[in-house]
Amino acid sequence: MKIHKYDTVIVGAGGAGMRAAIESTKRSRTAVLTKLYPTRSHTGAAQGGMAAALANVEEDNWEWHTFDTIKGGDYLVDQDAAEILAKEAIDAVLDLEKMGLPFGRTPAGEIDQRRFGGHSRNHGEAPVRRACYSGDRTGHMILQTLYQNCIKEGVEFFNEFYVLDQLLVEEDGVKKSAGVVAYELATGEIHVFQSKSVIYASGGTGKFFKVTSNAHTLTGDGQAACYRRGLPLEDMEFFQFHPTGIWRMGILLTEGARGEGGILRNKDGERFMEKYAPVMKDLASRDVVSRSIYTEIREGRGCGPEGDHVYLDLTHLPPEQLDAKLPDITEFARTYLGIEPYTDPIPIQPTAHYAMGGIPTNVQGEVLSDNTTVVPGLYAAGEVACVSVHGANRLGTNSLLDINVFGKRAGIAAAEYAHTADYIELPENPAAQVQAQVENLLSATGTERVAVIRKELQETMDANVMVFRTEQTIKTAVEKIGELRERYRNVSVQDKGKRFNTDLLEAIELGNLLDLAEVMAVSALARKESRGGHYREDYPNRDDVNFMRHTMAYREVADGGKDSIRLDYKPVVQTRYQPMERKY
Amino acid sequence: MATPTLDKADTAGAPEPGFADSPYITVTFRIRRFNPEISEEATWEDFQLEIDPKERVLDGLHKIKWEVDGSLTFRRSCAHGICGSDAMRINGKNRLACKTLIKDINPSKPITIEAIKGLTVQKDLVVDMEPFFQAYRDVMPFLITKGNEPTRERLQSPEDRERFDDTTKCILCAACTSSCPVFWNDGQYFGPAAIVNAHRFIFDSRDEAGEQRLEILNDKDGVWRCRTTFNCTDACPRGIEVTKAIQEVKRALITRRF
Ligand code: SF4
Ligand code: FES
Repeated sequence: MKIHKYDTVIVGAGGAGMRAAIESTKRSRTAVLTKLYPTRSHTGAAQGGMAAALANVEEDNWEWHTFDTIKGGDYLVDQDAAEILAKEAIDAVLDLEKMGLPFGRTPAGEIDQRRFGGHSRNHGEAPVRRACYSGDRTGHMILQTLYQNCIKEGVEFFNEFYVLDQLLVEEDGVKKSAGVVAYELATGEIHVFQSKSVIYASGGTGKFFKVTSNAHTLTGDGQAACYRRGLPLEDMEFFQFHPTGIWRMGILLTEGARGEGGILRNKDGERFMEKYAPVMKDLASRDVVSRSIYTEIREGRGCGPEGDHVYLDLTHLPPEQLDAKLPDITEFARTYLGIEPYTDPIPIQPTAHYAMGGIPTNVQGEVLSDNTTVVPGLYAAGEVACVSVHGANRLGTNSLLDINVFGKRAGIAAAEYAHTADYIELPENPAAQVQAQVENLLSATGTERVAVIRKELQETMDANVMVFRTEQTIKTAVEKIGELRERYRNVSVQDKGKRFNTDLLEAIELGNLLDLAEVMAVSALARKESRGGHYREDYPNRDDVNFMRHTMAYREVADGGKDSIRLDYKPVVQTRYQPMERKY
Repeated sequence: MATPTLDKADTAGAPEPGFADSPYITVTFRIRRFNPEISEEATWEDFQLEIDPKERVLDGLHKIKWEVDGSLTFRRSCAHGICGSDAMRINGKNRLACKTLIKDINPSKPITIEAIKGLTVQKDLVVDMEPFFQAYRDVMPFLITKGNEPTRERLQSPEDRERFDDTTKCILCAACTSSCPVFWNDGQYFGPAAIVNAHRFIFDSRDEAGEQRLEILNDKDGVWRCRTTFNCTDACPRGIEVTKAIQEVKRALITRRF
């Protein structure tokens, strides 16, 4: 075991982690621990754009953006946070441009902007061009640009280090962060990083679904590390299903395709979104479009012999426009489906895309241990966190924005905190829990296989807690997850070595997914209403009287070691926007 | 009723019994295995698998790892060609395992899979990427400007933006560099990927350090080592015209115009 000492440790090297690292490296001695090489992060998969009311191409202002974000989140958004997001968006985009990001340009040479779902002029009048983009690889360009600037700033990376435990120490009745414990993939060695601040920026949890746009590596490691140490997880029942994933594979096809004029059609060729969202049509918010697609499928208007998908039609758009604006996604259709998007519509279905919930933070990125108490030295930003700017449903282009605005804020806040704080003494045997976890898995001889349990988990999640949910389906999922968690105790790995043991890490990642899936399902069961991405067929309406509040899920451990989930609730921060019925 | 599920979407499963026209075929993956914890010798190992030929080579590797031999080791993340994790030598050509469909590489013969060349193999298909990233860092891959920052964005015409569009697509997968015979013979050569990324900044109208970057590439291990074999262009999964970018850098070195 090795012990390292840094002012600030950042967990994850995607957009939020690297944006934080650029700030914190300037201000404090910083280490970035990342389980992947930095440019491998799934930020690079984001395609369509990053919203900011620059008003480069038409009238716009950040107050309209704030409103759209709150309405898009079905009023579960904390309105103070949404205001910061929209206001600071403008500088966030300009910062990236100055760092070198090659945005698409207007004829006048300014940053060009395109339409995106849920973004409107003057509180819902009509779609507005607010998304700044770089072709259909905006996330790729953000990731590259941030990595390039990390090189420029001399950011210190520990590549292929898996953070498996969060060290919390109680001092004067307050839980404080003392550092993290990490596993080095190349050698199997365990490292303790003692630090004054820790920032989690480790991304989402989408791999508990089968049809998902998420990378294999999105297994909720940061959420799980905090949750196991008794910190709450907020709004985990809210997961976004992106309307246009490649049929069966789930690979993302950007909403920018509809922003450029693409149309969703059912088997009769009908533009069905006109029925569900007369004003915004194909550019209604994602939860609305995904439900509409499944409604078409269930009512027998799906395409193909099984009637299990619909079409994204780009055939009316000029090939030059597709080549210039959507080169990557048209290539995905060619590579993975053998389809030519110039002439043929692309089969799509909703795909599990984004966790709105996560580790609760305030607007400085400080992690909360209950509704109001800050954990000194602990921060989170990006998809791993819940500030909450996305509420019950995130608007497209607001995640690339979120990582930049709140990554920067967390990076500054964590570094400044490190200047004022002292190191917290490490607990005795700080690596004990991780050592035990690794040793147990390596010596286990049980008959359960990781891949089998993971597949069953993904199948039950897709079948029971996806776009449509009922008490019945969620209960089925809760039961199944409980059974899988039991069986997980009997899991063994085949690779017993120390060197690049990805077999072992997949087992650890599965443990994280199982815990988080249970939190999601239990939170969803208790929310007896429909709001944003959480749709209950047995409670089809939003219920502001009983459920205008955030879910806070805590892990409780009984004396015998058996764990359970306790749910609590936290009020939504409302400033100037009163909840209204949500129409597009 | 729950969300309709798509059982046919099953990517890891075995053929369903009684399926008359099963899409599954039998393929042999012949994989170059190496684990110094066990032996200093690398060996070829064959795996037979039943798989839908429309699936990716990466799906086949997962099937082996998940169902047969958990110790098989490779990097991957996104599974659709945008993270650059899984460049490997498949039937003697550098490709991304997640962007190569089994049907497209003649599955009637054994499919050979080995680590990319020119970088030290650490285990099975995993190589040490550090020298590759070092060459990338050496070309100063970040925008360098002089003078005060403008308050708004720097202006750039769509034509100027287009000038370096191709080389911004790079995902740092190393398929190009590790297919280059010059790089195999001498790991000191910067290699195509670093030059592609230098190109991305040299031809960016906002950048003011083109001369410096050109001097770096004028080095004995720089751009003149390229012998224009086009292996890199053939290997690039992003369709970047790598050789053309290298030629443009060479020309800029001669004319000092960019
Ligand atoms: S130029 Fe192409 S082959 Fe080379 S590293 Fe970049 S993406 Fe990979
Ligand atoms: S796994 Fe990301 S490029 Fe292949």
